[in-house]
Amino acid sequence: MRTDTEYAPAVDIIDATGGNTGSVYRALERLGVTYNKVNKGNQPDGSRPIILPGVGSFGTVMSRLRQGDLDSRLVSLVKSGVPFLGICVGLQALFEESEESPGIAGLGLLPGKVRRFTEGKVPQIGWNRVESTRPELQGSYPDGYVYFVNSYFAEPEKAYEKEIVLYRGQYHRSFCAGVLKDNITAFQFHPEKSGRFGMSLLAAWLDQFVLEAAS
Amino acid sequence: MSTTIATGLCKRIIACLDIAGGRTVKGVNFQNLRDAGDPVELSLLYEKFGADEIMYLDITATTENRKTTLDLVAGVAGRLSIPLTVGGGVSSIDDVEALLTAGADKVSVNTAAVRRPELISEIATAFGSQCCVVAIDARARTQSDFTGDSASPYQVLIKGGREALDLDALLWGRECVDRGAGEIMLTSWDRDGSRAGFDIEMTRAFSSLPVPVIASGGAAGAACFVEVFRDAGADAALAASIFHYSICTVDEIKQALNREGVPVRLC
Repeated sequence: MRTDTEYAPAVDIIDATGGNTGSVYRALERLGVTYNKVNKGNQPDGSRPIILPGVGSFGTVMSRLRQGDLDSRLVSLVKSGVPFLGICVGLQALFEESEESPGIAGLGLLPGKVRRFTEGKVPQIGWNRVESTRPELQGSYPDGYVYFVNSYFAEPEKAYEKEIVLYRGQYHRSFCAGVLKDNITAFQFHPEKSGRFGMSLLAAWLDQFVLEAAS
Repeated sequence: MSTTIATGLCKRIIACLDIAGGRTVKGVNFQNLRDAGDPVELSLLYEKFGADEIMYLDITATTENRKTTLDLVAGVAGRLSIPLTVGGGVSSIDDVEALLTAGADKVSVNTAAVRRPELISEIATAFGSQCCVVAIDARARTQSDFTGDSASPYQVLIKGGREALDLDALLWGRECVDRGAGEIMLTSWDRDGSRAGFDIEMTRAFSSLPVPVIASGGAAGAACFVEVFRDAGADAALAASIFHYSICTVDEIKQALNREGVPVRLC
């Protein structure tokens, strides 16, 4: 039997980052999840989990979020407990600042900075292995291969690293590839481009925060 | 069998589909095209076998065919969950935008970029270097009357190999990177469709570029993939006909690479 909830959008996707975010929409469609595009004119109201996909520079994403105060709305909703999923620059935006765009403040929801890779070909383009740093979450977020396109990576403040970092990867150095802190989840890689494994990570997040809320 | 898991960035295997009129085709040096099947079904099959990326090369790109290709890209993008690169006849920012909107993750440019190198900078500025792949068709120079500046023994070909230029392939590669190319796809015209193995010397000459280099042309069996990654420093390698005609699968190649200690994504 169909219920009304099957027709209501299940998540809000921030459609203000100017990047090619179509792949995230298509991945959600494959998972049978409906979505609502939010932007400065159609702001999220906190009734649905929020996804921030990000392609482009840290500065571009932040300045677009700043239009219509979407950034402060986001911060207060996430602080109030609304589930949040960040992808790529959507992870970096959670932190305080980035070497990519000096002087531009991030959302500051997590303590730390975003730094540039200094070794190897930059950006890192391609598949790399991520390993979980949280054994208790391996059921939902196991080790696997994911697709990256990034020149920068987040470096959480040392004192908070243990409680924030979910995944680490190796690219000429160890780097933070995913975070999970309370209602905040974010991936530096593109789960929507990471084959069956990436789809399983999206499904795990949806299971935890979206389907649970709807049931 | 080795169970060691190599860390660091994986070497990528890209399955390329030459597209004409919405179907997959492949011939030696693009002659004698033979129908090799439905591109959407083939792409999903390659994804299942462990391909790291799919490339569509629209070899009959014309204005009339553009719509067919866009429909095809939209159709496959909705079902594929690995990156998709589309190339062939891309000559303007509008072409790039249409392909990205239809669902391509990256777009490759070739002849149009040689004719008007600013196209590379325009794409990189508008959509980012990460989606700008420059395809370079090259071969060992045969003419003694090559008068261009020289950094390598290779020259650039355009128009699907029909026209050889007085342009050094490595110098052109460097210019592409300076203008914002995110990756270089290097096709050996001497090897394309030959199944004689990748051009190791030529690929090695390009491996010092600061962006990923995709080796293409000549893929035979698993051994030549080991060679092009281990000895020539390629970041990715592309093949078409060996997959279309089931000479070997991506999975078989990856198992061989893993045995040799080359980092690959194992499914």
